[in-house]
Amino acid sequence: MSDPDAFRAEARAWLEANCPPEMRAPVQSEEDVCWGGRNFKFKNPAQKAWLEACVAKGYTVPDWPVAYGGAGLTPAEAKIWREEMQRIGARPPLSSFGIWMLGPALLKFGTEEQKVHYLGQVARGEIRWCQGYSEPGSGSDLVSLQTFGEDKGDHWVVNGQKIWTSYADKADWIFCLVRTDKANKYQGISFLLFDMASPGVSTKPILLISGNSPFCETFFDNVSVPKEQLVGELNRGWDVAKYLLGHEREMISGAGGGDRMNTIGAILSRNGGVEDPLLRAELAMFDVDALAYGAMGEKFLDEVKVGKGHPAGSNMMKYAGTELNKRRHELLMAAGGSAALEWDSAASNGGSRARGWLRTKANSIEGGTSEVMLNVIAKRILDLPGA
Amino acid sequence: MPLYHNDDQAMLADSARGFMADEGAIAKQLRHFRDIACKDGFGHALWSQFAEMGFTGILVPEADGGLGMGHVEAGIVLEEIGRNLTPSPFLTSSVMAATALGAGGDDLRGRYLPGLLEGTSVYAVAIDEGPKHRPERIATSATRAGNGFKLSGTKSFVVQGASADMLVIAARTAGSDDDVDGITLFAVPKDAAGLSLDSVRLVDSAMAAHVKLDNVQLDADAVIGEVDGGRAVLNKVLSAGRVGAAAESVGVGMGAFDMTTTYLKQRKQFGKLIGEFQSLQHRAAHLYSELEIARAAVIKAQQLLDGGSDGPVSERAELMVSVAKAKAGQAAGLAVKEGVQMHGGIGMTDEYDIGLYMKRDRALAEFMGDQYYHAQRVAVLSGY
Ligand SMILES: Cc1cc2nc3c(=O)[nH]c(=O)nc-3n(C[C@H](O)[C@H](O)[C@H](O)COP(=O)(O)OP(=O)(O)OC[C@H]3O[C@@H](n4cnc5c(N)ncnc54)[C@H](O)[C@@H]3O)c2cc1C
Repeated sequence: MSDPDAFRAEARAWLEANCPPEMRAPVQSEEDVCWGGRNFKFKNPAQKAWLEACVAKGYTVPDWPVAYGGAGLTPAEAKIWREEMQRIGARPPLSSFGIWMLGPALLKFGTEEQKVHYLGQVARGEIRWCQGYSEPGSGSDLVSLQTFGEDKGDHWVVNGQKIWTSYADKADWIFCLVRTDKANKYQGISFLLFDMASPGVSTKPILLISGNSPFCETFFDNVSVPKEQLVGELNRGWDVAKYLLGHEREMISGAGGGDRMNTIGAILSRNGGVEDPLLRAELAMFDVDALAYGAMGEKFLDEVKVGKGHPAGSNMMKYAGTELNKRRHELLMAAGGSAALEWDSAASNGGSRARGWLRTKANSIEGGTSEVMLNVIAKRILDLPGA
Repeated sequence: MPLYHNDDQAMLADSARGFMADEGAIAKQLRHFRDIACKDGFGHALWSQFAEMGFTGILVPEADGGLGMGHVEAGIVLEEIGRNLTPSPFLTSSVMAATALGAGGDDLRGRYLPGLLEGTSVYAVAIDEGPKHRPERIATSATRAGNGFKLSGTKSFVVQGASADMLVIAARTAGSDDDVDGITLFAVPKDAAGLSLDSVRLVDSAMAAHVKLDNVQLDADAVIGEVDGGRAVLNKVLSAGRVGAAAESVGVGMGAFDMTTTYLKQRKQFGKLIGEFQSLQHRAAHLYSELEIARAAVIKAQQLLDGGSDGPVSERAELMVSVAKAKAGQAAGLAVKEGVQMHGGIGMTDEYDIGLYMKRDRALAEFMGDQYYHAQRVAVLSGY
């Protein structure tokens, strides 16, 4: 790798020159996130400029190979890059399921042609992806899924229903688990990619307790999917699905940094929110856990990059990180008092604290529940009997 | 620097693990010295073996004949000590007293370091004056007398105090009890006139002393570092002790956890292995994640301390040291409590080792500040 100090200096200078000041402020709401895709509307010119600058250098996906739209950074360089981003509080130029989930799965299971085509689109923020895993009858027990793809020679005809499909109404394409063999439970699922604009695909938004509606029921009515849009082997989609879930869980865990690991006591006290000594004590205990978890996240990523650490480690991270985040938001509410209850006032920025708090309750459900994470740790890491 | 052990450190971990599992094993050391009601609570033979392994000089600079390594390496040895509940003066002598002596002049280092390196001397550290760790408050006084100082006061929880050839004592040479400044560290030989020790056995079978200083006359050459300016050195000693105790706690937690998961895979009830019960699986899995997080916090703190080993302890290092001590205390505390519960009745017997983990954990939790003390410090260091 390059000289770390030289790389750090280079990264710092580049960020200084290219990251607009507006993109160095914390993300306040959903609208601040740049998701990319065919229909994405930039919130302001700075968001667009920041994305374009990063795309040109491969910095939307710094550790992907250059051939697939990345910057080809080594693990050590990628760590420095993250640190320098954090140092100035830079927002991610692009957030997407393509980066966090589909990308790693394609890097491992995709053909060269698929990688060049789909990964490049993801890196440039051209296509926004959604995830078609869960079904009404298949949540934690995902492998029981029923959406069926009938073999028609050069294509499948897909019928069925998905649910909780985040951003299905905004996404351009879907990566979808489809049963292609009814006789074989685990080895009868295939991992298919298709355009959400395909005839027969429809979506119906579901309203969440936070008052937002980021996810949908998704229906497939005789959707035709060409055979070259299969990832990995036919009927071995479960392997791809599980591998992808590992990355999804890592992402949800917040291990990569960002506000998930920040302490909250100092900020809340500064605003005069903490007069109660017992609340202060809870905040202090929380801050201990947040800082310890921050070290865990750093260690986890350091180990992942060099193939150390347990392959099921992301389940532990997801469990610990999401439970911590729920605690964080409980404390934010407690410290906020009645002001934190306001739902749509301007002063509350549209009820951001209350809505944010409610949103975090999904953290320990989406991507596999905490109970399922504990099951996986018991089985794969601790090797407990019958787990 | 990545947050995992490099190749040299992994090698050290391997050898420390093998050594401690053989030589430092519970039956051979802890139970043996407990059952003969040993006045030291540890074995001197093992202490010389520590020296042969090079462990005693891990934190001693190469120029002084040591290995010149850091807190990561000391922590590796401590984690294995914890895992095997091995009684030894390693933490007090080779970590804390060695850190203090590092700030001493050539004369002090020449007097005390060779015995430490050879494993023939034992040193203790006397800081606290009451039942809770409160190093901010130091009332023990040292007043100028003749060519040196006269020390008066009391110290408590001086681990292995009665076995020590020399005690590092923090005393006040100026200001009032709660002042930051005005502290001086002294190297006090065990036979100093006016020094008396009342040695007591603790719950974990370690020996600790209540120390009385009654006009103990010391020459000026007993001063470690600067007169009145001892707080910076004291902070280094405290940080070393805290992160060391945290590493040992992680070892204790891991040892208890391993025993417990092994038991879950052996014990049958209702025609099933108890490890098949989901309620126990989930608690074991939660415990696993707590221990992993504690271990990460400890390595982070060790690396931060090592990164600035020449200067005073940085604020970031102080913060992470307190995080590490608090988190390790929580996680290991959970490990021993869950360990005893998941063993059922056998976990309550003296014959079975899990209870020994619980006892050691309790003593370590108190040593150098418990989780409440350190969470409070995290709040203060964070500005609230
Ligand atoms: C905000 C949000 C976004 C989501 N986005 C997507 C998406 O984009 N794409 C997608 O495919 N899915 C998505 N999901 C769905 C998510 O993956 C599922 O909700 C999750 O896997 C749980 O399934 P379920 O809702 O059917 O709950 P269930 O499986 O019915 O679980 C109900 C309760 O039973 C417990 N439980 C179940 N099995 C066990 C067991 N074996 N042992 C112990 N306890 C058990 C669970 O932990 C839970 O507490 C999203 C969910 C949320 C909340």
